[in-house]
Amino acid sequence: MMSTAAAASPVKAVTRSRLFWPAVVLAVLLAANLAFTPDFFAVRLQGGHLYGSLIDILHFGAPLILVSLGMTLVIATGGIDLSVGSTVAISGALACLHISESTDPGSLATVLTAAGIALGTALLLGAVNGLLVAKVGVQPIIATLILMVAGRGVAQLITDGQIITVTSDPYKLIGGGYWLTMPFAILLSALVVLATVLLTRSTALGLLLESVGGNPVASRLVGIRAMRLVALVYVFSALCAALAGLMVSSNVSAADGNNAGLWIELDAILAVVLGGTSLNGGRFSIGGTVLGALIIQTLSTTVYTIGIPPETTLVFKAFVVIVVCLIQSPAFRAKLAARGARARRTARPHAAAPTTNREVGA
Amino acid sequence: MSKRAVAAAALVGAMIIGLTACSSGSGSSDGKKSDGKLTIGFAQVGAESGWRTANTKSIQDAAKKAGVTLKFSDAQQKQENQIKAIRSFIQQKVDVIAFSPVVESGWDTVLKEAKAAHIPVILTDRAVDSKDESLYVSFLGSDFVEEGKKAGDWLVKEYASGSGDVNIVQLEGTTGSAPANDRKSGFADAIKGDPKFKIVASQTGDFTRAKGKEVMQAFLKSQPKIDVLYAHNDDMALGAIQAIEEAGKKPGTDIKIVSVDGVKDAFTAMSQGKINFDVECNPLLGDQLMELAKKVKAGESVPRRIQTEEGTFTPEQATAALPSRQY
Repeated sequence: MMSTAAAASPVKAVTRSRLFWPAVVLAVLLAANLAFTPDFFAVRLQGGHLYGSLIDILHFGAPLILVSLGMTLVIATGGIDLSVGSTVAISGALACLHISESTDPGSLATVLTAAGIALGTALLLGAVNGLLVAKVGVQPIIATLILMVAGRGVAQLITDGQIITVTSDPYKLIGGGYWLTMPFAILLSALVVLATVLLTRSTALGLLLESVGGNPVASRLVGIRAMRLVALVYVFSALCAALAGLMVSSNVSAADGNNAGLWIELDAILAVVLGGTSLNGGRFSIGGTVLGALIIQTLSTTVYTIGIPPETTLVFKAFVVIVVCLIQSPAFRAKLAARGARARRTARPHAAAPTTNREVGA
Repeated sequence: MSKRAVAAAALVGAMIIGLTACSSGSGSSDGKKSDGKLTIGFAQVGAESGWRTANTKSIQDAAKKAGVTLKFSDAQQKQENQIKAIRSFIQQKVDVIAFSPVVESGWDTVLKEAKAAHIPVILTDRAVDSKDESLYVSFLGSDFVEEGKKAGDWLVKEYASGSGDVNIVQLEGTTGSAPANDRKSGFADAIKGDPKFKIVASQTGDFTRAKGKEVMQAFLKSQPKIDVLYAHNDDMALGAIQAIEEAGKKPGTDIKIVSVDGVKDAFTAMSQGKINFDVECNPLLGDQLMELAKKVKAGESVPRRIQTEEGTFTPEQATAALPSRQY
């Protein structure tokens, strides 16, 4: 008994990792696709770039990963940012408006200015959120709700209720183009994720964020400038959302103030939760969030590829999400294990006895 | 917390009302009705698409042309705003109320108020599912089933000579919306006579470009052979075209594309040979509405159901119509 436990310990270390269950779920979802589409994992070179379902998942998941990344840090401080969807819409609308009105939509300078305008505005929007939460002390859910509701109106105002179509090759690159055979959006997201991991985990920043989220009063008493940190994460979240907005609008070369980033805040919160970050704040896992975002995107792709009727799509998604959440809950797993053990214990004597009664009973 | 919540909600509410007031102010004129001019109160859904904006503009222009006083209200896709607007029209005693219902149900109460005030109601573009038919005098709008049927009929004609299977993928509109349901059933009816037409995959693309592209990308990978794409609106078709091009195929040639709406961007794509057939869903019903309102006001009997004048477009017709396309 002892020896098996000792041998199992590295395995246990893996299964105890916070990333283990999200990774298992993702693997199962991908494997389920394989059963329906045998060449699901096939990736080939098509017209000078990689082409395949896995690339699609990463590609369409890239904006969600970015938004979720910002959301993770906000949630780590015990807050929440509902305004990211509107920020996505505003950013795309501003960038596309600038490009469509410029005399030379194809030039790099125009696109860089457009991206600058979008990111600059996001900086401002994030600062307003941060100010409301950190300085004024408004509940995060209320403070960001204001921008969530008003922001979509602002996006519609910018686009005049129309869909702005742009034709600009450099802009197309951000969300729909390829670089080194990979979709540029994937590389961009990976870069931002890596930078954030380095910034939070190689410095004390991550620890400080967690301490502010875990116990704001104690953190203040030990001398952490909580207010500045909290304001900062909202700015970061808005910037991530703006970058995602550029990707979304660039991918279809059009800005749609009504639908761009609609409900992405909920997907992002879900991704964060699936990734094992507690909504209470105090700890976060960027790796988990990336896995969570990929699970959500894989789920969408699964719905399309295995042909679930649109009327039942939401029920299917909800079912998967519930199962995932339950599997991830240690309390639920413990209960399941205990029940399993009890069932085994009671099953043994019955197995020896005549089983007719049990079968009838069952 | 609750106090703050209320304050924030009030703030947001005030903003929305402010916006609504702005947009309603732009369309209406002074509102005097002394000179015997016809006054119409029109409650629009919102400005959610280029199609809708063209619809609004058509109605405003037609009213100006016909010398009709138009009181215009934008509901920003919310039923309660529309009900409020209709109530205010009743109070202002307009001659005719016209509106495009956001959703199909829940209109009986406010329409009864209009009836009690003896103000006739005309529905435009979308229907209501009320059992009491006396609540409105006429419904002016597109027949979505017919649109789906036109798309299907073209397909049947296009493949009349071939004998092999025709694999169709369908991008549906927002699940449960009338245009999505009707365009789907009309199309299915038109192609059901020939078993060679097979809808191999059908998913919602929410009427948006981004979703249309995303779903089409998945279709291209999961379906070994796709001959035809049927999209419930042009935006999804435009998104899907990008996906098809990225897959190294030629839209319009390798995969034939049939779509509905007839917006300018789609015509541009058609002139490049990327869409093969587009069924028009005409938003320019302003003139028809004004004519209808005048008849109603004069007490003439009008048909319960009036269809907007709509056509279909082949790439050649679209190329010719492109420069003069308004929306």
